Amino acid sequence: MMELVCPAGTPAAFRAAVEAGADAVYVGFRDETNARNFPGLNFSVPELKEAIGLAHGLRRKVFVAINTFPRAGEEALWHRALAAAEDLGADAVILADIGLLDHAARRHPKLRLHLSVQAAASHADAIRIYVEEFRVRRVVLPRVLTVPEIAALNARIAVETEVFAFGGMCPMAEGRCSLSSYVTGQSPNMSGVCSPASHVRYERRQGALVSLLGGSVINKFDPDEAAGYPTLCKGRFVAGAAGGYLFEEPVSLNAGPILRDLETAGVRALKIEGRQRGRAYVTAVVAAFRKLIDELERTGDAPSDLVHALGRLAEGQQGTTGAFGRAWR
Amino acid sequence: MSARLALGPVFFNWDAEAWRDFYFRIADEAPVDVVYIGEVVCSKRLPLLAPHLEPVMQRLRRAGKEVALSSLALIANEREAVAMRGLCDGGALVEANDMGLARRLAGRPHVLGPFVNIYNESTLAYFARNGALRACLPPELPAASIERMAAGTPIELEVLVFGRLPLAISARCFHARVHDLHKDACQFACGQDPNGLPVETLDHEPFLAINGTQVLSHACCALLGELGWLGRAGIVVFRLSPMAIEMPAVARIYRDVTDGRLDPDEALAMLRETAPDFVFANGFIHGTEGRAFERAALPGGE
Repeated sequence: MMELVCPAGTPAAFRAAVEAGADAVYVGFRDETNARNFPGLNFSVPELKEAIGLAHGLRRKVFVAINTFPRAGEEALWHRALAAAEDLGADAVILADIGLLDHAARRHPKLRLHLSVQAAASHADAIRIYVEEFRVRRVVLPRVLTVPEIAALNARIAVETEVFAFGGMCPMAEGRCSLSSYVTGQSPNMSGVCSPASHVRYERRQGALVSLLGGSVINKFDPDEAAGYPTLCKGRFVAGAAGGYLFEEPVSLNAGPILRDLETAGVRALKIEGRQRGRAYVTAVVAAFRKLIDELERTGDAPSDLVHALGRLAEGQQGTTGAFGRAWR
Repeated sequence: MSARLALGPVFFNWDAEAWRDFYFRIADEAPVDVVYIGEVVCSKRLPLLAPHLEPVMQRLRRAGKEVALSSLALIANEREAVAMRGLCDGGALVEANDMGLARRLAGRPHVLGPFVNIYNESTLAYFARNGALRACLPPELPAASIERMAAGTPIELEVLVFGRLPLAISARCFHARVHDLHKDACQFACGQDPNGLPVETLDHEPFLAINGTQVLSHACCALLGELGWLGRAGIVVFRLSPMAIEMPAVARIYRDVTDGRLDPDEALAMLRETAPDFVFANGFIHGTEGRAFERAALPGGE
């Protein structure tokens, strides 16, 4: 059975994820060592200690994401996060940076290492380097591969793979994108944020709602249109004669319809995106996936009503299987 | 020793003969020391350049240039992985833009390209042990990180100082998407835009540029006033990223600045004349948004 890995940005969301049936919950420390470094989010050391106690009491796992790229001269902050995660009994840490992986493999040989999606390890030769050099035990695959490509990849590597199954999705290869820092000075790799709220502004112009990032228009919404957050790659732009969502629509990933294909492709774990989400969302999505995975195990099929229910939870009511299907490209 | 100039790989889908002729001119006219060639963005373009690689390499080498072959920035399937293994095993110096190649090149001299995430000293130390000769740092790094990494690394460091900045790469082809084509039947729509397809905001503010599966900056990176600081920090190679403009002239401007014959401010004015259709930016190294153009000197500079 595929493992269900769920997000928690707060202790309340953590409890919700565990109660709704998560096999593992992933979290970050409250600083720039993790890729969801948003105000009011993430865990202090005492909070994480309590959360791990709760999860382990119910035989669930906790993964700590330390998945930004340490700043030169300030690597000690990331090293301390690693040591704290091990001291607190985390079941794994999720890392992306080569230097940090190297440090973890040498100094924390008993700590289980997962490779973050931010490392964008998309093929066997790249994955083998992380496995052989740093003893990585699981690889979170970048969201650039089709299901057949994932199957072919799993046949060539001897390490568990985890894929994103639901929630926000990047159209770009993760960990290789500086669009946000080009416009705002803050990037996922260095600051743990993308299109940060501090640089967002909304304006009303002739009845339309305009969203701006760093002073540039990212989208305009008619009065009858649902306005969304101005994530840079999900805005409307103009190129030549074409206009609209040039990079990606404001859709959210929903692999619900293809769970069986992913399992057949050898995927070991499914990951839900959304450490910035509230507990109600976490409860609903995690419970839906729990049911889907259990049904898949019991009957060999995912019931379509459950898949549809999941679709309604998707951002903007619109789900996509994204790069898992070749047509997306 | 004065800094060396490098010409990075052409990101854009230029007509193959035009691509070859561009390098013949570079060999004859451009005062650059290192030339990186090869397809970085899209594996579908690999066969287009293949027949011209060898003659271009020979011509550049005869002109005294060090030549390196650049790899794809994103390898998503076994076919692409096989092509890249072939690149590694060909005997030429290779610029690895993906971790998988770094493994294959372990123990022999190679270059790490700007698409490999090198953000700190530990990562650089790892690659030094792996046998890397040189690393071109990611464009978004601020001066503080560059300075820190340059202090005490045995690897030569290179920084991109001219050209549209590579900002993102995807499995999706944005050129095909804009032209309402499927990636598998893209008709090489990217070939129509030798400097990329400009992307504007809904307010018609110039914003980004699309090049197949790659997204680039609208602004053209131009580090000139920063070259002295970079040299003192220990950066030994300055990279010019090719655009469909007079690149030999661009190279001469940079050469004159690094050789101390030309003042950076004058050089900037000359660069504006050489690339009149572009705005310039230097924000990343100044620790601010990449598209900004800062006039202030870097800390510790003149």
